[in-house]
Amino acid sequence: MNGKTGVLFGRLMRHILRSPDTIITVAITPIAIMLMFVYVFGGAITASLPSGVNYVNYQLPGILLMAINSGISYTAFRMFGDRQSGIFSRFHSMPIRRSSALWAHVFVSLVSNMLTVAIIFLVALPMGFRSSAGILEWLSVAGILALFTLALTWVAVIPGLVAKSAEGASVFSYPLIFLPMFSSAFAPTETMPAAVRWFAENQPITSIVETLRSLLNAEPAGNEIWIALAWCAGIALVAYFFAMRAYGRA
Amino acid sequence: MTAVDVRGLRKSFKGVSVLCGVDFAVSRGEIFALLGSNGAGKTTAVNILSTLLRPDGGSARVCGFDVSDRPDEVRKSISLTGQFAAVDDILTGRENLILIAKLRDVAAAKQTAAELLERFGLTDAADRRAGTYSGGMKRRLDIAMSLVDDPPVVFLDEPTTGLDPEGRLEVWKTVKELAGGGTTILLTTQYLEEAEQLADKIAILHEGRIIASGTLDELKKLFPPAKVEYVEKQPTLEEIFLAIIGKNIETEGN
Ligand SMILES: Nc1ncnc2c1ncn2[C@@H]1O[C@H](COP(=O)(O)OP(=O)(O)OP(=O)(O)O)[C@@H](O)[C@H]1O
Ligand SMILES: [Mg+2]
Repeated sequence: MNGKTGVLFGRLMRHILRSPDTIITVAITPIAIMLMFVYVFGGAITASLPSGVNYVNYQLPGILLMAINSGISYTAFRMFGDRQSGIFSRFHSMPIRRSSALWAHVFVSLVSNMLTVAIIFLVALPMGFRSSAGILEWLSVAGILALFTLALTWVAVIPGLVAKSAEGASVFSYPLIFLPMFSSAFAPTETMPAAVRWFAENQPITSIVETLRSLLNAEPAGNEIWIALAWCAGIALVAYFFAMRAYGRA
Repeated sequence: MTAVDVRGLRKSFKGVSVLCGVDFAVSRGEIFALLGSNGAGKTTAVNILSTLLRPDGGSARVCGFDVSDRPDEVRKSISLTGQFAAVDDILTGRENLILIAKLRDVAAAKQTAAELLERFGLTDAADRRAGTYSGGMKRRLDIAMSLVDDPPVVFLDEPTTGLDPEGRLEVWKTVKELAGGGTTILLTTQYLEEAEQLADKIAILHEGRIIASGTLDELKKLFPPAKVEYVEKQPTLEEIFLAIIGKNIETEGN
């Protein structure tokens, strides 16, 4: 982060700290869904899982991804606001590197989503979340969550730059929020109908969830980790390309 | 010395020509008014000069630097106050000014902010969020933000639109003071009276072209002789404007 990006980052962090509800709102829906899965469906689902599985641990990675999927809509929303208010134009007419204004949003997205993730981990603890992960595994978990956030942040930047209304800037995230439902995040895929099962087993959420689950349980992640990383890197690169193209036009 | 030099400037949006060969020049230290009605292309011209838009043709230079070839040099020489106040509503007035000062590498950011707050009568409201300011206060903060680090050329896009008469007079005073200090000012306006009050030179932008330009006196000479009978009354710029547009339409019709 260069100096000017840092100044602009500070500006946006102030926005978040002055309306902490953005972080809390982002965390609340996934937490409510977590309570529902653990205390309503959890008993029934656990019956179909191998014995000894801690269901709070089982569903937590899916909840984290769901929170990030909704959190990035605020990134799009904030970018739209900066475009709308003319602040972006002001920055772009100033003697600072043009992309600083964009990177500040990207870093803020990363930091605020990691805060949301931390809140959800804290809520999961009294519910019975336990991890045997060592420091290396925890670092890998943080790294994968950060890479996933970064990839989706670049996705969010696109509507943030091209949308014509605040709603338009954030609706894209609605389908993303439900994506973890159609994966192995909450229930094993074996009992799903063929088409749903095929989708669930081949979409990015499943490999990322499986990887996070293995790491948090200190089990070998096997091939899944490479598939998960490839998905994140692929989404990040493609979205970055289109986001930068939109930024060049903006 | 020429601070702003625009030649044959062209810009169209999706095939619709907005600027079709605009020429004008602003000398250093001058107040120059670009006058035009809604949709004339004033904002488009200012955005090209502030490097926010790329021209389709022609050239635009600010302090000798071409906006397309040397945008970084241009940005160092200018500041833009856009048509709609671009302040951060969540930050306080003081924080807004400190933000810009830091971005412009001003060493004493806090002191610069305090001085500008004082100068624009915002000291009492300095630590309130800009979102709570009235339209006039926001505009004042907006202009103050553009004056951080004293850029030699200042663009003001309709600086008084939406202000009450008192707010308008305040902005006029500020503009005159700035010019007194040697700053070059290019402002756009729809108010003919504003151009008349402030500007050393005026250019009238109409249908993508500068249809008349010069000092107020020069423009008054363009006033059609058919109205000589009213000679006791000084023509207002409004009458000149309407007369020229009318004449223009007539010649096109012939
Ligand atoms: N990004 C854009 N895309 C398409 N058309 C545009 C765009 N920007 C401006 N225009 C069109 O170009 C014309 C000139 O617009 P511009 O904003 O420069 O006028 P203006 O003189 O500043 O008007 P106003 O007094 O209303 O601010 C208008 O017809 C406008 O609709
Ligand atoms: Mg305009």
